Formats: sequence, structure tokens, C-alpha cells
Amino acid sequence: MNATSRLLPVAATTAVFLIGFLVCSLTFPNFASLRVVMNLFTDNAFLGIVAVGMTFVIISGGIDLSVGSVIGFSTVFLAIAIERWGVPPLAAFLAVLVISALFGAAMGAAIEYFELPPFIVTLAGMFLARGASFLMSTESIPITADLYSHLAEQALRLPGGARLTVPAMIMILVVLGGMVLLHLTRFGANVYALGGSRVSTALMGVNVTRTTVLIYTLSSALAGLSGIVFSLYTSSGYSLSAVGVELDAIAAVVIGGTLLSGGYGFVFGTFVGVLIQGLIQTYISFDGSLSSWWAKIATGLLLFAFIGFQQVTLGLARRSRRHATGGAHA
Amino acid sequence: MSLRLPRVGTSQVVALLVILAINWVVSPQFFDIRLQDGRLFGSLIDVLNRGAPVAILSLGMVLVIAMRGIDLSVGAVMAICGAIAASLADSYPLPVVLAAALGAGLACGLWNGFLVAVLGIQPIVATLILMVAGRGIAQLITEGRIVTFTSPELAFLGGGSVLGLPTPIVITLALLALTLLIVRGTALGLLIEATGGNARAAALAGVGTRLITLAVYAWCGLCAAIAGVVAAADILGADANNAGLWLELDAILAVVIGGTSLFGGRFSLVLAVVGALIIQAMNTGILLSGFPPETNLVVKAVVVLAVLLAQSPRLAGLGSNLFGRRA
Repeated sequence: MNATSRLLPVAATTAVFLIGFLVCSLTFPNFASLRVVMNLFTDNAFLGIVAVGMTFVIISGGIDLSVGSVIGFSTVFLAIAIERWGVPPLAAFLAVLVISALFGAAMGAAIEYFELPPFIVTLAGMFLARGASFLMSTESIPITADLYSHLAEQALRLPGGARLTVPAMIMILVVLGGMVLLHLTRFGANVYALGGSRVSTALMGVNVTRTTVLIYTLSSALAGLSGIVFSLYTSSGYSLSAVGVELDAIAAVVIGGTLLSGGYGFVFGTFVGVLIQGLIQTYISFDGSLSSWWAKIATGLLLFAFIGFQQVTLGLARRSRRHATGGAHA
Repeated sequence: MSLRLPRVGTSQVVALLVILAINWVVSPQFFDIRLQDGRLFGSLIDVLNRGAPVAILSLGMVLVIAMRGIDLSVGAVMAICGAIAASLADSYPLPVVLAAALGAGLACGLWNGFLVAVLGIQPIVATLILMVAGRGIAQLITEGRIVTFTSPELAFLGGGSVLGLPTPIVITLALLALTLLIVRGTALGLLIEATGGNARAAALAGVGTRLITLAVYAWCGLCAAIAGVVAAADILGADANNAGLWLELDAILAVVIGGTSLFGGRFSLVLAVVGALIIQAMNTGILLSGFPPETNLVVKAVVVLAVLLAQSPRLAGLGSNLFGRRA
């Protein structure tokens, strides 16, 4: 694929977002403002963070179903650590990141050493993390630490009453960091290679085991970070929070143009995918008369449209390659 | 017709018996069964009855997984079909209600099959679309409310009994017998295994892989519809948000516990149903033992891990190596 066709899916996603935003702006008079955009960032910060990790996993040809449960676990752990055990919030944040990173490393190691499908290993991880958070508490625990109220007030004030909140800032940093890590480092190149072909990657001398473990570690650690952001956003910890977020994250990655078979995709596309999902939610809340389940149907339709688009472009690419080699191998 | 005995299966049956024995230790009246108003009651019957929806789902899922596929949408399809059945139950006769609900399930299955077999989309992704959108569609049908009904005919499918056995158990058994007859009574099962083992080789050998894939996903949709109707009939209503929620995972788990490989190519229908019963027996056992139901997920996770490790190619290789050296 040449440079133009490589960027085509991301361009299509961005176009869908811009058209969607335009439609919303024309429908609702107060929509086109910096404030709405900033709220879009804040409300979807936790999803954006976790979707960046999911992008790495999916580009490497895997899948991580455990992230929603890890978010839930993190919020409960933070609430209990801060409120019941009196741990300072920053130390609790660090503990959550370490625990979730180790959890991801364990899943990556299980996938790698026992040659198990990522789907089912992370499914077990999903049960384990959700079950652990149920065991800690089944009630919603409010977090009253000073740092939380402080961070909630903290925001970069922008013109038009818009506020760039701390969760939004963290998400933007994670997206930028993810772009650098995926596109400019050796690790990122290995992730792409792994998704293209495992065997060739191993033959090239890449440490496949290390890369796989690191990918799942990264995904889980970002889920932990997302849990921190989620607890900041809601000022509480609840074992049922972020149920089904893994599906939203996968949907965002797919809508962002990443191939689910691996080897191709961009962090920026995922970011736009998250914004598109947020835009659908915002449209529904602006409209007021539509029920929230339209969001699910719209997301499903978008998923179908983008996957269909991928199949067509892939088919075309394959056909042109066949032409190039004279059809000898076909 | 020759019904082959499952090649492996002792471990699953032993596991089920062990769990039932543990349940008996925890609650001594576990095996007590009494006949009241012409229907059997007791914890054991309860395990069978409550396990029925997942067992029915697993009958469809097992064939999909045997083809190296997966169907994430069965929970959402359950919600759709339950919603249809509950909304129509009080204004139409039962055959119409069932035809509408099962027809919708079949259509959902055909849609998944079309995406996988014709468009060539990966099964996880293809069925993800309906998993996300399906619950929205179910809510569209119920208009966001919990729809209840009073039709005794439909209620019979969930709460009635035939010869003393609760109807869901009878339906599960009948469906198991039917599936066995269709799949193992003909060459179909072999063709499914061939497709799962190596789709390309199967196609070159003249197996109509595309048609079989389509048919298997359609069957899975149909099973999900039956499970959805039974679940709705059981609670006399349909809740689009919670009906069949996460049951796709239980169904996959039941199939995996039943020894069907996620890598395709071999499957056992009976053991998938045993797997569903193992899951339900664990759930019931945890409830009976007085442990908080929250432990359920952790126990489930441990079981998945144990089954996975037992299935792992690497561990199997180690085992045979050790065995070979010893021999």
C-alpha cells in the first residue's frame, strides 16, 4: 500500500467526524463551540486512554477483553485504599498502575508461554478483575480526599467558558505518547511486525515474547490509568463501573481504521473513533427526545460501515498485488 | 445411525460429579427431589432448569466454535427474541409469537453468517457488530421499557412442566437430541470439523464451506432465539438491558469446558451441555454455601484458567514428552 491508500481509512474516519460535527452544528444552534468540544474530551477521557492501549493490542493481532474490568477494579481499589486504609492518593495511583501493569504482564505471559488465544485469556482476566472488585466491595464508595476535589477544580480556562480538565489533559498526553511510542520507536515497529506476521517477526530476530508481554502490560497499565481518570471523573469507586467499556474501546479502534487482523492502524484514528462515539452521545443528549439506545445502533452501523470499507479496500489491495505479480501465485 | 461416544469426556463428567458432591456436602438436602403439583422440585432440578438457557446457547455455540468461529452476539439475540416474544404474546396466538421470535433469531444468525462466510470478515468482529447494536434493537422493540405479558401458553415454556420435568429441561433435551440427529446422524458433523480443521483443504476437497458456515451461524442464531424465548417465558417479561447479558461468555465457557477446541476441528455436543451444567452447578453451589455471589466470577475465572492450561498445546507437549521419556 502506498502512502495515500495507507492514510485513507484514517482520513475517512476524520471526514466522518467532521461531517458529523457539521450536522450537529447545523441541527443545534449552540453546538459549534469550544465548550462542547472540551466536554467531549472530558466525558470520553477514560475511553480515549484505554482505547490507545487497545490500539497497540489490536495492531499486534491480539485482543484485550479485560480492560473494562481493570477500570472497575482500579476505581474500587482507589476508593478503598484512600478512604479505608488512609493511603495518600498519589501512592494509591502508583499502586494501581503497578498492579494493573503486573496483571497485564501475567496475561501476556500466559498468552505467549502457553500459546493460548488472547481472546479467552483476557476473558478469564475480565472475570478475575471484575470478581476481585466485587470481592472488595459491591457498594459505590465516594472518595472525599482533598486531592480529588482539588483536581476536579483544576482546569485550563479557555475562551467561551470552555475548560480543559485534568482528565482531558491526561487523555491528550496519552494519545500523543501513544503516537510517539507506536510510530517512532523500535517497540512500535515490533508491534506492527508482530501483527503482520508472527513467524517472520521471530525470524527477523525480534524478541516476540518480550514484545507480547509488553503490549498487554501497556494495555492493562493504561486501563489502570483510565480507572484513575474514571474515579476522578466520578469521585467514587464502584465495582460495576465501566462494564462493557472493552467493547466501546474495540469499536473506537475499528472505527479509527485499525485492521482487526493486525499489522495496520494509527493511534490518531482511534482518537477520532473515540470522538465519534462521544459525538453520537452528545447528539442524543442535545436532542433530548432520543433514547440512549440509539447510540448502540448508530455505533453498530458505523462498525459495519467501517469493517465493510476495510474488506473492500483489502480486497482491492490484494487484487492489485495479484496484478503486479502477474497472478502467478494466485 | 451410530451415535459415537465422546472420545474424551470422563474428566468433564467427573468434574460435574465432584461439584455436585461438594454441593451435597455444603447443603445435605441437595439431592432431595419431591413431586409437587405434578412437577419435580429440588436443587438438582433447579440446576438443570437454570442451566437450560446457557445449555441451549452452547448447542449453537459449539458448532460455531468447531468451525474456528465465535459468536459474540448470542446474548443480544436472546434479548431481541425475548423482546419480540414478550411484546406479541398477549395479542397473537403462540405459533405466531414463536414464528416471529425464532424467525428473528434465524435472521440474526444469517446476518452473522453472511458477514463471515460471504464478506469474509473475522468472526469476532462480524458478531461484535450485532453484539453492540442488538441490545439497541431490543430496546427499540420494547421501547425502552420492561415488557411483561400474561399469556399462559408462552409462560408454559418457561415455568410449566412435562411429565414432571420443567419445560426448559425438556426443551434442552429435545434440542440436544435434534442437534445430535442432524449433526452426528449425518456427515454434517464431519464436514463442520473438516471446515474448522482447515477451511481451505476442506473447500478443495469439495466441502461447501461457505454454505456450511452460513448454516451453522443461522443455527446458532436460532438456538439463541429459543434461549431468549425460554428466558422471557421464565420471568414473564423481557428486559432488553439485562436479558442474556454476558451469557455469550458463559456459552463460550461451557463449550470450552466441554473440551471443544477453540482452534476448531473437533467438538462434542453432549459435553458442551455438561459444561453448561458445570457452570450452573458452580453458581448454585456458591449460592447454597452462603458465600457471597460475588465469588462467582473469581471461581469462574479460575475454572477458565484451569481448562485453558489443560488445553494448552505447549503443556500437552510437555506432558507427552514426560510420558514418552518415562515409557
